[in-house]
Amino acid sequence: MDFVSWRPIEAVVTLAVIWIGLGVIGLALMRTPRLITGAAFPVGALVSLALAATGLWAIGAPPSAAILPAGLPDLPFHVRIDALSGFFLLLLGGVSFGISLFSSGYFRGNGGQRLGLLCLQYHVFLASMAFVLIADDAYLFMITWESMALSSYFLVTTEHHQEQNRKAGFIYLLVAHIGALGILLCFGVLHGGHGDYTFEALRAANLSGFWATVAFLLAFFGFGAKAGMLPLHVWLPEAHPAAPSPVSALMSGVMLKTAIYGMVRVIYDLIGGIRWEWGLTVLLFGAATSLFGVLFALMQHDLKRLLAYHSVENIGIILIGIGLSMVFIGSGHPVAGVLGLIAGLYHTLNHAVFKGLLFLGAGSILKSTGLRNLNEMGGLIRYMPHTALYFLVGALAISALPPLNGFVSEWLTFQASLQAPLLESSVVRSLVPIVAAVLALSGALTGMCFVKVYGIAFLGQHRHAFAEQPREASGWERAGMLWLTLACFALGLFPVFMIGELNKICLALIGTGLSDEAMASGWLWLAPTASAQASYSPVVFLLVIAAVFGLTFLVVRLVYHGRLRRADPWDCGFPAQTSRMQDSADAFGQPIRQIFAPVYLIHREIPRADDPQPVFRQSVEDRHWYAMYLPIARLTEFLSGHIGKLQQGRISVYLLYSFLTLIALLVFAQ
Amino acid sequence: MNVTSGIIFQVLQSVLVVLIAPLMLGWVNQCRAWLQNKSGAGIWQPYKVLHKLFHKDAVLAHNASPLFRVTPYILFGCMWLAVGIVPVLATSLPFAPAADVIALVGLFALARVFISLAGMDVGTSFGSMGARREMMIGFLAEPAMLMTLFTASLISHSTSLATIVETLGHREFVIYPSMAFAAVAFLMVLLAENARIPIDNPSTHLELTMIHEAMILEYSARHLALIEWAASLKLTAYVAIGIAIFVPWGIAGAGDWIGLPIALAALVLKLVGAGAGLALLETVSAKMRIFRAPEFLGTAFMLATLGMLIHFLLER
Amino acid sequence: MDLPFHAQLINLFAALLLLLAFAMLTQRRILSLINLFAAQGFVLVLSTLVVAYSTHQSHLYYSAMLTLVLKVLLLPWIMHRLIRALNVRWDVETLINMPATMLIGIVLVIFAFNLATPITQFAGTINKSTLGIATACILLAFLMMITRRKAVSQVIGFLAMENGLFFAATSATYGMPMVVELGIALDVLVGTLIFGVFFFHIRETFESLDIHHLEKLKER
Repeated sequence: MDFVSWRPIEAVVTLAVIWIGLGVIGLALMRTPRLITGAAFPVGALVSLALAATGLWAIGAPPSAAILPAGLPDLPFHVRIDALSGFFLLLLGGVSFGISLFSSGYFRGNGGQRLGLLCLQYHVFLASMAFVLIADDAYLFMITWESMALSSYFLVTTEHHQEQNRKAGFIYLLVAHIGALGILLCFGVLHGGHGDYTFEALRAANLSGFWATVAFLLAFFGFGAKAGMLPLHVWLPEAHPAAPSPVSALMSGVMLKTAIYGMVRVIYDLIGGIRWEWGLTVLLFGAATSLFGVLFALMQHDLKRLLAYHSVENIGIILIGIGLSMVFIGSGHPVAGVLGLIAGLYHTLNHAVFKGLLFLGAGSILKSTGLRNLNEMGGLIRYMPHTALYFLVGALAISALPPLNGFVSEWLTFQASLQAPLLESSVVRSLVPIVAAVLALSGALTGMCFVKVYGIAFLGQHRHAFAEQPREASGWERAGMLWLTLACFALGLFPVFMIGELNKICLALIGTGLSDEAMASGWLWLAPTASAQASYSPVVFLLVIAAVFGLTFLVVRLVYHGRLRRADPWDCGFPAQTSRMQDSADAFGQPIRQIFAPVYLIHREIPRADDPQPVFRQSVEDRHWYAMYLPIARLTEFLSGHIGKLQQGRISVYLLYSFLTLIALLVFAQ
Repeated sequence: MNVTSGIIFQVLQSVLVVLIAPLMLGWVNQCRAWLQNKSGAGIWQPYKVLHKLFHKDAVLAHNASPLFRVTPYILFGCMWLAVGIVPVLATSLPFAPAADVIALVGLFALARVFISLAGMDVGTSFGSMGARREMMIGFLAEPAMLMTLFTASLISHSTSLATIVETLGHREFVIYPSMAFAAVAFLMVLLAENARIPIDNPSTHLELTMIHEAMILEYSARHLALIEWAASLKLTAYVAIGIAIFVPWGIAGAGDWIGLPIALAALVLKLVGAGAGLALLETVSAKMRIFRAPEFLGTAFMLATLGMLIHFLLER
Repeated sequence: MDLPFHAQLINLFAALLLLLAFAMLTQRRILSLINLFAAQGFVLVLSTLVVAYSTHQSHLYYSAMLTLVLKVLLLPWIMHRLIRALNVRWDVETLINMPATMLIGIVLVIFAFNLATPITQFAGTINKSTLGIATACILLAFLMMITRRKAVSQVIGFLAMENGLFFAATSATYGMPMVVELGIALDVLVGTLIFGVFFFHIRETFESLDIHHLEKLKER
């Protein structure tokens, strides 16, 4: 083979095929489970790393396309890789590297048969995500999209002996297919009955205003269903806790991002001609999604469910960035639009990294203690100091705290929203900063939520006696988490590099980039518009805090002393305290429950005053189930009940149906 | 402007503010004592307290984790950075571009998260209660604070504090009605964020009312001293942000050595005035129930939003 | 923006009026409500004086004096006496909770500003944009009347609405003819007096000033 003349596209296809091969080999190695965890997953991780490098290469390289020697006779598969695909491949590779490393430790100790299946599904899942990102016709896109949904469905239902998990998988599959239907229809609208289904042809299609809007809405809700956008988010908090932790990390970190990729690809690239009304729709849905997600996350005590709701929130934040960009582009200010898109895409990458890390941390806790319920944890920092450190970094990053990566993308989103005075319409102009305030609110609420998670899981005293002493995560697991932790730092401290890459995507996609002044301020200073307007330097930020930290420590030791004595906790002199007097996860969310009471559907069981064994029960539910999903389910049931009457059970009736259809068609075709 | 003078300004300002921050707290307490017809402990009292605390042996709970021990230093570092960034004396600080107003809010949030985590570390009932309340106040105050700062940013087309000061302070006098709203909102946020009346009472250990004090109950000696010092730094930083945005006159420009004495005098005057005003405000108002806090901060948020809307209507 | 100084002052007063309107909307105590109303009247007087000075329209001085006497001194005094006589210094109970009220308020302000934008382009005066604020004040006062339960605060809402109208008149069109103004002033005064009398009657009938009791008066 001639490797020298390879373009990114050949490399990506090869790597994806290697993944599939690894999966098959894993299935074949069922007898020797140790080889699967010790070899197949680490090799998969190396493939991820290679893919990430290829993605980075592709961002800078010119677009390269190819036709695969597969597919139907007259419908070959088209693949193409450009800057946007390259960025998402980088995301896929970079994050899955850490997750695969973690998996080789995490899945150890599973039975061989299960492990073999898991290895196959896992790698097919990865490969189909890679193919989604490089698909260049609607046909291949839909096939890989569906295989992505199916392989992840099997992964979600790995523990299928529990009914709850089967249910979760069903809801996931259902919503995924509703979304896929929307996407399919969108391609149909774009296609418009002429030409073929390559993206080339779809891009060239000239849609009228109405049909363009229809295509936008179909794509927005179709991809929104996969991403977990507000009314279609219900599958997320069900599916993520059901799946094994690395799979949750992969789904939340990477799979949701393919939906963002699809949204950007279809709206910016295929439909084109963005209008500000579309942007406003995306913006408002994004704001609602982010606030809703975090409010419900605060109500959870199941760690993985909580993280799943945070995925909903972060998808909202990404949508805010993209929506801002669309609003600006639609009103003729592409430079501000670039800023919004960069913010959205950067948050996409950041969320992949820190959410992957947090899910892996949750997995470590689950593996070492068997617990998912926060109310039973406590004091884990003493048993799992490494995991605690990595989790702390992830928690700070997701809470959008400087100098980590989550803050950079929120900062960029704020900067984009401060371009609001450019807009003409006074209502939109006033709405944009208010959306920014919603973003600030959800950011601060995230901070509260992760203080809760970290304070309850890792700090304090443990609330229940552990069955056995929790052990620190294994080496592979720690390596996976360390990789993502380092990524959090790298993306947070040196954002300028990645923003330079993102700028290339915008140049390719929108035709405009950030101003030259913005790019000229050097690697240390992040100044997206101009250095007099806004600047941020995470490195200086961190260095000053670290320097003051060290200096203070030294001065206090030198001038005074470092004497220390251990004693019982003081707690205001309260003598009889037990570990049950700490806040539980539900207690910590109580102020939120009170302030935002109308958002929730709260059921309370309050004991009577004379109850000898008083029990207080409370559950918080999502109103969407009752307001939206159950009515639809009932309607479906009703309709299918009537349609079911067609089924008579007699052959002659069925033949009659066929006959009548034939007659009708003949009449129609006449 | 050359680099040397910038660095001298930077060091001068940081050291000066860190040293006078406890004095500011002492002045507020003294004013409050006077207003309440007491003689007061004198404005130097906070220094004496800090000195005493540094001398003592630290007592740590058995199950306190390393996080508990590093938090005071992180807190102190955050606040030091904050006062290093805000243009208190001069606008041309080499560190200033490291963080604009949004990053400054993020910095305070970082400090808040760490102190809350430390509050939950030992696992006492008061600690987690304080952490919960602190985070509640925090998430309510943060959007309000950002909206306030957005108003100022929209006027000066910049989120960098130095540029805001130069726009508002070093040009000819223009009335910005939106700033009236922003100022009121900022004042409310300042009270809430610095654990002052009517949200929190800094001088009480009553279990039902305390927020900030509840979190730091387990701290002692040098750790407590650093936390108290950081708290006074935070108050000073907030007052300095308020001064920089709402009464920026007198802050020296780039490398302006002649302006420095004037800036210093103006700063002292403003801080004295702000401290007295704060004391007056705290004397005439009563502490709120904790669940009135959302209403209080909601009002602040709304005022800040209104300020921004008014800016869009009147000032462009 | 390069507005002359007096125009900036008027903008500032406009902003203060809106601030006070919001303060009234969120104020729970009737006593403070009356004080806020008086303060709003005072800001109105100041802005009228500035308009009068800058446009040299002497009749505006008279209307400023009228406002001062009526809205800053007389009406608050009457109200103070009224609530002392009725002994209704209790906290106001709102029908909708505060944060929701404030959110509705903000939506109203955006709406009002948006509404006023096309009109201001035809206005000839220098402070065109104050019309939006005046509209917002009127709507907010209306909102206050809707959300309050006690009759006294509804009257204050009514008077605050009139403040907004008056401000619109002075700043956007340099005042109404004197006759109209006198007429309105008289109306407001008489209106308040009549309301006062009504209050006594309402309380005698229902032993409370809660308008909730008036709901019984409907025919069925």
